[in-house]
Amino acid sequence: MHNKPTRNSVTRRGLLKGATALGAAGLILPASYRAAQATPNQGGTFRIGLGHGNSTDGYDPGLWDNLYAQVFAASRHNQLIEVDADGQLAPEIAESWESPDGKTWVFRIREGVSFHSGKTVTVEDVIASLNHHRGDDATSAIKQFFDPVTDISADGQNVVVTLDAPNGDFAYLMSDYHLAIMPSVDGRIDPASTDGCGPYVVESYEPGVQASLTRNPDYWKSDRAHFDRVEILAILDSAARLNALMTGQVDLIDQIDPATIGMLEARNVANILSIPGNAHYVFPMDSRAAPFNDNNVRLALKYAIDRQEMVDKILGGHGAVSNDNPIGPANRYFHADMEAKTFDPDRARFHLREAGMESLSVDLHVADAAFSGAVDAGALFAETAAQSGININLVREPNDGYWDNVWMQKPFCASYWGGRAVEDHMFTTGYATGASWNDSFWSNERFDELLVMARSEINEDLRREMYQEMQQIVSFEGSVIIPMNNNFVMATAQNVVTPEQVSANWNLDGFRCVERWWFA
Amino acid sequence: MHAVLMMILQRLGLGILTLFVVSVVIFGATELLPGDLASSLLGQSATPETVAALRQQMGLDQPAPVRYWTWLTGVVQGDFGVSLATRRPISDMMSMRLGNTVFLALYAAAIAVPLSLVLGILAALWRNSLFDRVANAGALSAISFPEFFVAYILIFLLAQSGVFPSMVRISPAMGLTDKLYVTFLPALTLTLVVTAHMMRMTRAAIINLMASPYIEMARLKGVSPLRIVLRHALPNALAPIINVVALNLAYLITGVVVVEVVFVYPGLGQLMVDSVAKRDIAVVQAIALIFASAYVLLNLTADVLSTLTNPRLMRRK
Amino acid sequence: MNVLIFLVLAIAASIPLSYAFRAGLVRVLPHEKALVARDMPLTAAFGIMVIGVYVIVAFAAPLLAPFPERAVVGSQFQPWDSTYLLGTDRLGRDMLSRLIYGARNTVGIAFATTALAFVVGALLGIWAALRGGWLDQLLSRFVDALMAIPSLIFSLLLLTIFGTSVLTLILVIAAVDATRVYRIARSVSQGVVVMDYIEAARLRGEGNWYLIRHEILPNALAPLVAEFGLRFCFVFLTISSLSFLGLGIQPPTADWGSMVRDNATLITFGDMTPLMPAGAIALLTVAVNFVVDWQLYRASGLKEQG
Repeated sequence: MHNKPTRNSVTRRGLLKGATALGAAGLILPASYRAAQATPNQGGTFRIGLGHGNSTDGYDPGLWDNLYAQVFAASRHNQLIEVDADGQLAPEIAESWESPDGKTWVFRIREGVSFHSGKTVTVEDVIASLNHHRGDDATSAIKQFFDPVTDISADGQNVVVTLDAPNGDFAYLMSDYHLAIMPSVDGRIDPASTDGCGPYVVESYEPGVQASLTRNPDYWKSDRAHFDRVEILAILDSAARLNALMTGQVDLIDQIDPATIGMLEARNVANILSIPGNAHYVFPMDSRAAPFNDNNVRLALKYAIDRQEMVDKILGGHGAVSNDNPIGPANRYFHADMEAKTFDPDRARFHLREAGMESLSVDLHVADAAFSGAVDAGALFAETAAQSGININLVREPNDGYWDNVWMQKPFCASYWGGRAVEDHMFTTGYATGASWNDSFWSNERFDELLVMARSEINEDLRREMYQEMQQIVSFEGSVIIPMNNNFVMATAQNVVTPEQVSANWNLDGFRCVERWWFA
Repeated sequence: MHAVLMMILQRLGLGILTLFVVSVVIFGATELLPGDLASSLLGQSATPETVAALRQQMGLDQPAPVRYWTWLTGVVQGDFGVSLATRRPISDMMSMRLGNTVFLALYAAAIAVPLSLVLGILAALWRNSLFDRVANAGALSAISFPEFFVAYILIFLLAQSGVFPSMVRISPAMGLTDKLYVTFLPALTLTLVVTAHMMRMTRAAIINLMASPYIEMARLKGVSPLRIVLRHALPNALAPIINVVALNLAYLITGVVVVEVVFVYPGLGQLMVDSVAKRDIAVVQAIALIFASAYVLLNLTADVLSTLTNPRLMRRK
Repeated sequence: MNVLIFLVLAIAASIPLSYAFRAGLVRVLPHEKALVARDMPLTAAFGIMVIGVYVIVAFAAPLLAPFPERAVVGSQFQPWDSTYLLGTDRLGRDMLSRLIYGARNTVGIAFATTALAFVVGALLGIWAALRGGWLDQLLSRFVDALMAIPSLIFSLLLLTIFGTSVLTLILVIAAVDATRVYRIARSVSQGVVVMDYIEAARLRGEGNWYLIRHEILPNALAPLVAEFGLRFCFVFLTISSLSFLGLGIQPPTADWGSMVRDNATLITFGDMTPLMPAGAIALLTVAVNFVVDWQLYRASGLKEQG
């Protein structure tokens, strides 16, 4: 019902590296499906039921903000760079890219690709598509990430992007889902157009209801897009989604109510995919405000939460306990050997006493807009915290307007992160002093110092040490409680075949289920 | 007849006043809502800079009274304007959904109204019998379940076995029979929701008259109970029945957002809730006006019909 | 199928129970009241009995409930057994205990809301009818406009603006309901204010307040009572629908409307847990309206025939 702004949309390029082993191990698939067919079958109508999509959804790529818009976009558009199932950057409309100094980036545009309208994809189209997100009058959600870009120009079949400072990770930005390549008209793209160079051609679209697409006969990728037709339906009610899947009205659904996953499994009518990643649910505390300005209070709360119970009950087991660490096991420099915080009422009381308190009473503001199950998670937290003499008074806020009125406004609330592929990005956007999404308003001198040092450190071991120290600081001195990493959970009809490796970068195989999956 | 015409004109005038008040109330309420279209479109990615740019692009930087006035002058000329979120003309967005909403309302009413009248008349006829008690208790139980819950139960019973689809996928090209088939479950849900009210009112209105002297007279004359109810009591009980039917019809058009969500039915209610969440005020206003007009017109029709069924009311003024 | 058998059994059991309850009432009550009780139909006796049980449960909740309202005592969705008589909910809280505490919160909130709506709505309605003129016009036109806005969406708007504490919830639902009550009260009183005895009282020099209390209210009571019966029960439904749209009562407070919503998906898998709170609401609705019907019947002057 309520639109959930996709917080992880922008810089999150997901698990670009190191996700491979984890992703494969975490797939819960019947054995027969592991041995995926070598040559996918062609044909069929793939019907997707999503818990997103509103009648108010627009067309403008700069404002795509929910899973519906993302999957719909991936069905009709291509980007310069794709993130493949292993989490590596793969060429798409950019055939190759290079940067001699990290400041000038050269993308070579693939030749012989055409839009659905028949027009050939040119360098001008690419430039117009990128420029839609930058400039003074741009209204794109990713505008700020183009701030360092000083110039985008054409050079033959190349697009040259110039930055104001070196950034070795700049190519990652080109895989952002907002950056669909669209046809240019007089140097600008028409944001209301559905013309793209992607796998399917839009036949009809009614916002908040459904989109119908047919296979693009001229799609340049010969080994992709196996369905004849794709239909994307907005089914906001979770029971309605389940019923639609169980009665065979759709072939794929997202956002399964964790409480009913077990029952769905027992029915044996669907395959459940549970893809672990770096996504995590958080309870940020405003470190400037009493009582959260005292680290002992924060530690008391961190020991007063039962993480395992959260994973069991809020995620239905589809996730993992987190040690207040925004860096996940899929990251390169994940600190696995930190002392684990378990539910320990005595330790919580100890930290309360250290803070000079016998008991503590705080308001926790939640809404299911923060993450699905946030209200229940709050109720569980309140229950376990009560055993340590901490009274958490749960305040349920309306879903509507949650990100405007509660998040970063109330001192203690719920939120979520999609996780970041690169440690530096996670810390820079969410934990550096003054960062725009530093939702705990936390500031730590040593942490900030390490963050800057690590960026330019070439020695791998030293770099690892620095990032691990940062994780240690965030976990034990930080102001965000991170109880769990959540999996991407989806369910498919039994005749849907997924490749052996399903991407952990974003939900639904990195939105690419439409072109990577097929019917048995 | 002249009196009725005067009444219709007078009520239409008042109706326009009502619509005006509704538009002011809704506009005021949406203005009071935290956040605006620009910030909700950008969600968490909002930066002050982009929000300001978007606001300016959409004309949201103008003061509220100015925006209201612009909107009002447009509507008076029959132009609902353009949705700021989707940039589509609002009349286009609404036409299909309005058709769906009206279709579902009529479908449900076509089942519910005759059903509740028959049940109500029978219950009045056999008042205090087992039938009366069971019908009454059944109807009361049906309305005490929340709509979405009735819907889930019906889906469990009738859709999981494959008899009816659990989700409505409707297209303008569909034939009437197919349409009636795919929308059966939502129509049935709504029937269960509104029947009790109408049935109880029918029963109460008839029973209310059963103690009147003229009914007593008919009874003493030896007229059969069925004839007494149908010929003597019912005509005089029509006014309250018509009123409650009108009220329920209005509800079927304006109040069914929950059923729309559960059956994924593209109606106006869903569009309105989405637009409220997005702060797309022009769309909210347009739908509120449609809902209010439906309410006003149905009430007016009910009053006219009641007046026509009761000559005494006609001569009163 | 089990549900059906259970239902038949429950109805079969409730008949002798209501009978015994009525007989008990006749004995216990003083003579005049006992006469009324004796003539009361079995349905009304059943209604009063159920309401009585609910009130007792509501007041004695902490004594009756085996577990605290919000305590997580087990794993999720445990089946019915000797410890958790009705199993556990999605967080592992005892279902029975939450149902019992739910009686207290739900009935309390519904009663407060309905009472407030009736006090405000009925008084304004009668006042408007009595005074007539511009005051009547102003109030009526405004109420008309408010009623023309779908109530659920209007409540949603108001709750989003004013927040979702229990107090605002009560105030908002009461405000929306009051418009409906106003209309009924006004139309009923309009029939009464033109009566000769009102004119006579006016000539005697009685004030408005006296007229409302002693002349109009008694004569307008029956339809208001009937409306009260339904409105009372609709409050649960409103709360339930609001929680469907993401608002409603603050967790972890147990209330039946939200409990139905929280467990509703289970019905997809044929699990009967969500039927419990829904059934509790339905039973109370039926009971209240049985009593209301009986009162209406007595007021209508028709002699009991059955």
